[in-house]
Amino acid sequence: MSDRKTLQVQRISGHPGPVAGAGTQRQEKLCKLIDTTTCIGCKACEVACVEWNDMPFQPTLFDNTYQTMPDTNWNYWNLIKFNEVSNDDGSFQWLMRKHQCMHCADPGCLAACPADGAIVQYSNGIVDFEEANCIGCQFCVSGCPFNVPKFNPSTKKVYKCTLCSDRVGQGLEPACIKSCPTGCLHFGTKEDMLQLASTRVTQLQQHSGMKEAGIYDPETIGGTSVVYILHDASNPEKYGGLPKNPRIPIAFTLWKNWFKPIGLIASVMAFAGVILHYVTEGPRRVQPQPPVREIDGGEARKEN
Amino acid sequence: MATPANRITRGPDHFINRIGLTVVYVGELLRHRAYTRFLHWAYGIFFFLALLSGFGIYMPWIFRWFTPLFGGGAITRMLHPWFGLGFVFFFGLQALNWLVPMSWGPGDSRWMKRLGSYVTHRDSIEPPDVGFFNAGQKAMFWEIVVGSVAYVITGVIIWFPEIFGRGLVAVSYVIHDISALIMLAGIFIHIYLSTIGEPGTMQAMTRGTVSEAWAWTHHPAWYKEVTGRDPQQALEEARQKLSVPPDEARPRQ
Repeated sequence: MSDRKTLQVQRISGHPGPVAGAGTQRQEKLCKLIDTTTCIGCKACEVACVEWNDMPFQPTLFDNTYQTMPDTNWNYWNLIKFNEVSNDDGSFQWLMRKHQCMHCADPGCLAACPADGAIVQYSNGIVDFEEANCIGCQFCVSGCPFNVPKFNPSTKKVYKCTLCSDRVGQGLEPACIKSCPTGCLHFGTKEDMLQLASTRVTQLQQHSGMKEAGIYDPETIGGTSVVYILHDASNPEKYGGLPKNPRIPIAFTLWKNWFKPIGLIASVMAFAGVILHYVTEGPRRVQPQPPVREIDGGEARKEN
Repeated sequence: MATPANRITRGPDHFINRIGLTVVYVGELLRHRAYTRFLHWAYGIFFFLALLSGFGIYMPWIFRWFTPLFGGGAITRMLHPWFGLGFVFFFGLQALNWLVPMSWGPGDSRWMKRLGSYVTHRDSIEPPDVGFFNAGQKAMFWEIVVGSVAYVITGVIIWFPEIFGRGLVAVSYVIHDISALIMLAGIFIHIYLSTIGEPGTMQAMTRGTVSEAWAWTHHPAWYKEVTGRDPQQALEEARQKLSVPPDEARPRQ
């Protein structure tokens, strides 16, 4: 992306009129749009993710549902969650939601991480883990409101969806998008995706009788680079662990940014304190000390 | 000090005292036997290992140069809990060892009220009721006991987040940090008072002995207990030998 931006033509020799493409605004923020209303739960995206990221096969747990496994794993970043929901009005819904990293604008994992360079956020919105710098403390696991980062006990590192940053960097769409047969997955700029989403939501509300249909792009974490269209946006929890107001624990915001440095300074003040004490009060010597006979100018001073 | 707790540690206690010789010269008193000293330096080493590895993780943008000491961030993170457990293990033995002399008495509350006089050296020697440990030492000891319990509970939660859940980890991490900050402040004061702040103290933890003058100056009641002599009288006699005038005759500054 950066190459294209810096290689945008600015001036042309001997060229009449303005430079072609001058004043072009490039939308940098990327977005994956997931329309849960058209997802058929085929799991093509799961397979595409495992294939592209060259993940090893692993045995999984069958829990009598259509879901591949109970939760995502360090080597399984993309999982369709199947939820059977009985609504209060007696109606029944079978909800399928593609679960993966939300690539928050204000990422809880990044806020919590104490390792230099282990988590980066690109200007296009992708939040990526640099496993080489990961120290395996798993603070990101507790910082994430969506329970996304997963720990690999054998490598002692944490892994998650990269939004195919390797593909996106080459101008390709993420693997899951490419595999979707129903067109429920879209990929583009955040602005375009939100516009597409609002058109679809209007359609759902007016023509499909889904009065509560809406967009999931939670403001509490500054929005996300993965946006959902939900049949019922008033209750995202019923889609299986999609919090209505996701938040980063204050332990990783207020505490880490403010109280940690202040606390450290307060602690180091003890060092300043003892130095000050030595300078002003001096050491406390055992008693009695021999009397002071003479100091430079011949004046006797305090002898303790 | 034959408490039930001490019965557990009697074996290592006797063993270390046998191999670690403590020589008490004339004019000196035995302060800490070899077992006590061994424990002190054992948890002292673990304390600094845990401190350096911990602060490398606490605030890497300042303390990033601590982690290479242990072989990089990931290994620092892996070792830190074990350093912590090492500290808690040896300090736990010391806590059993010191349970009796560290017990809080009415004299200690009085001492705390006159903390200002202690800091400003208002009296030439400590009040006559200051025993083997003064209230400041006891306060520090009990802080470390409470802090160690907090360290272990919160540390295990941070160590195994998949068992305890993210909410508990977030809370534990704050408590763990607070405990570390209190102990960081404490270690400055501890090292200062045991070295340049009160000369003659360090040898209590190296050779295990202190001078009699040190004993009557800093711990008069303990001096009286082990020698049977009155500390104030011992001080006056020593002053006469050195021809230093008694307290009343000396000009105050």
